[in-house]
Parts: sequence; C-alpha cells; structure tokens
Amino acid sequence: MRTIHTDEIIKNVSEMCISANLYLAEDMDKKIRQAACEEDGKLGKQILNQLIENMEIAAEDKIPICQDTGMAVLFVNVGQELHIEGMSITDAINEGVRRGYSEGYLRKSVVKDPLIRENTKDNTPAIIHYDIVPGDKLEITIAPKGFGSENMSKVYMLKPSDGEEGVKAAVLQAVKEAGPNACPPMVVGVGLGGDFELAAKLAKKALTREAGSSNEKEHIARIEKEILEMVNSTGIGPGGLGGKTTALAVNIETYATHIAGMPLAVNMCCHVNRHIKRVL
Amino acid sequence: MNINVPFDKEEVKKLKAGDYVYLTGTIYSARDAAHKRMYETMLEGGQAPFNLKDNVIYYLGPTPAKKGQVIGSAGPTTSSRMDKYTPLILENGLNGMIGKGKRSKEVIDAIVKNKAVYFAAVGGAGALLSKCIKESEVIAYDDLGTEAIRKMRVEDFPVIVVIDSEGNNLYETAIEEYKNKK
Repeated sequence: MRTIHTDEIIKNVSEMCISANLYLAEDMDKKIRQAACEEDGKLGKQILNQLIENMEIAAEDKIPICQDTGMAVLFVNVGQELHIEGMSITDAINEGVRRGYSEGYLRKSVVKDPLIRENTKDNTPAIIHYDIVPGDKLEITIAPKGFGSENMSKVYMLKPSDGEEGVKAAVLQAVKEAGPNACPPMVVGVGLGGDFELAAKLAKKALTREAGSSNEKEHIARIEKEILEMVNSTGIGPGGLGGKTTALAVNIETYATHIAGMPLAVNMCCHVNRHIKRVL
Repeated sequence: MNINVPFDKEEVKKLKAGDYVYLTGTIYSARDAAHKRMYETMLEGGQAPFNLKDNVIYYLGPTPAKKGQVIGSAGPTTSSRMDKYTPLILENGLNGMIGKGKRSKEVIDAIVKNKAVYFAAVGGAGALLSKCIKESEVIAYDDLGTEAIRKMRVEDFPVIVVIDSEGNNLYETAIEEYKNKK
C-alpha cells in the first residue's frame, strides 16, 4: 500500500490555490482570445480585450485575476489503496487553503455563519467533495468559486415529459436571468439527472471540465453545442453590453435518475473559471 | 470622455447611458457589510462615515495589497446586493455608483429622482483596474476587513454609464441595439 503524508497535501493545496487565482487556466485563456477575435459587438469586443490585458497584468505582476478569489471548492478522488498519514485529510486540505490564501494575498471571503456573517479571516472552511476511486493516487481538483456568478445559479426539478426542450429552455432562462450579473462571457455548468443535490454537484463538476471539450455521450454533446448556440444568440454579450460572446462553453454532466424525475442544475461561472488539477 | 470625481448634478446630467468615461479623483469603496452598517446608522439618525454628497461609491472588496502595492486586485462586485440600501444613500446626496450588473426598479427610480448615475466597470478585470488606483486608505469600518470603507484616489479609471439620470438603461438598450444591427 502506498503512503502519502498530509504535509504533501497541505503544500500542494496551498500552491494550487495561489496558482489558480493568478494564472487563468489554459483552456479559458484560449477561449477568451479566440472570442476577442470573433466578437462583433463594439463594447463587447472592447471588454474582451480588457479581459486579455487583465490576464496579462495578473500573470506578470502576480495580482489575482479577479478580486473575488472565491470560496475554495475541491473535488478529491482518493484511491482506495492509498494510505494517508499525518492529520485528517480534511484538516490538511483546510490548512492548505489557509496557507494559500494567506501567503498568496488572496481575499478572505468566507463567513462562519450565514446569518451572523463573521469572516473566518482565512478563507476556510473549504467545500470538499470526496470520491473513493480505484488505485493508489490522490487526485485533487481545486476550483475557487466567485459568488457573483454563483448567486445566479439555479436548480430546476423538471418532469420527464419536459424532455430535451425543457432542459434547453431552463438553461436559457437561467442565462438570461443571470445576464450582466454573472460577468459574461460565462461558462455554464449543467448537471442533469441524479437527485436534487447530485444535480447541483454535477453542475459544479461540469465547470471543472475543459472549456471546449464535449460530453462523452453523443446526444449530450449535441445538446451542449445547441445550448451554446442559443445562449450566444441572446445578444447579452461580454459584460452584458451586447455581443455574441455570452458564454464560452456549456458543459453538461449527467447521472442516472428516478422514473419520476429529471433534476437539472445550472451552475453559472464567470469568465474567470478557475480550475486546476494535480495527481499526488 | 474624462471627468473629475466628485462631480456635481450638472455634470451628472451630461452623462448618458453608453458613454465610456475615465474617472480621475476621489472615490470610496463600500460593499455589502459596509452598506448594511451605513444604512442602519442612518436609519437610527446617525451619519455615514464620510460625506456622501456629490461622491461616488465603488462596490469593491479588494484582495490584500502586497508590500509596495497600493491595493490588490480591485474589480467591481455585483451591485444588486446593495439595492436594498441604495435609495436611502442616494437621498443623502450620493451622485454615483460603480459596480456591475442589474439594478432594481426602486434603485432606478431613486437614480432618476435624485439625479444620480450608475456606472459599470468590467467585472473580473481586477488586476487591470487596480492599476488605476493610486492611493487607498481605510477610513471606516476597519473591522470589516476587505469590506471596510476605503478612500481611494483614482486616475483614468475606466467605466461605462449604464443607467443615466433620466433612467436610460444600457443593459436593455445595448442588447436590443446589437440584435437590430444584425
């Protein structure tokens, strides 16, 4: 059995928090540059060019791309043949987040209680989704999530009879309602199937999939493409000020569901769709 | 177009939805928690911690500044969360707000009634915008951390007029205009 010490986890999580906030993921960088070339809205094009300049300043001067450096969301796949030594894995991840947000001069955006709202001052706790998987590796994906876009997310409990058209209409409605609030161009994460909470988790996970990649299932890949076209025909555009680049990608993840239902979650993300993965 | 902040009502009336404006002068940062506290203080008959009259508030909670930096990443936050507090603040003389995203009908009505202006800065361009902030000092609510009120000197800070003093709303017209052009 392979052994990994939690010090290793702390170090990697800390580095990943900083890196994700300073350097935009390659897939997003590429999509934004491509969109800037193709955008035909006057203000829209200007905004995309500002976003490119912003990314360049962020990387060069080591300033976070966006001031909302997010709540740290992690997807952690733990190989069932891996032995973790040291402290608890959750404590180690939170310690990594604590160090990353402090040493990286990232914003502390977490309040301890939703109503009392006292800042925890170290951006913990993180939101951690664990999966037990075959093998002896530890795969960590960190997606620091900003709340301008998070606030515009939705869960719809659709009926089976709503079908594909119902899915498309709901996602489109969510995008229109989000409009300028979600800092378009957005990435639209969609979770379809499962139950109430799994749909939402899948929607978040969909955001960590490479922008521009397609779902493995042929019919889902087609729907992704069709929704993207619909979204980009709304005219909302970059900054919500008119243009054809309303979304850079629509990523759908699915799961089996109940005979009576078709849960759908739409997790909005801004153009600063941060996600970074390491395998330890 | 370049304008100096703070500005008076005459200047406000010249600003039209869709204008691209560079702001130079003094602005104040305040977001959720600072708004709530200002609002509650004012309802109890107290004063906001700075003179609102003619001033501009930037809906901002920056990342911490490193040594040698004026401020960290400093882009706008979503304005609608300030909607509940905004009419009262406009009644007290504020002339402008910088944020991003839609405003409520109550806020738009208050903008028209009080002759104010709502600007958008580019959401998610925090590194770029931080370069336009030349001085920054926490002047109130220090305990709120990133949500404290900062007095900031800005130079050529780029914003777009989204809602002007007549209530014209660029978020509605820009999309229509783009679609009609096609």
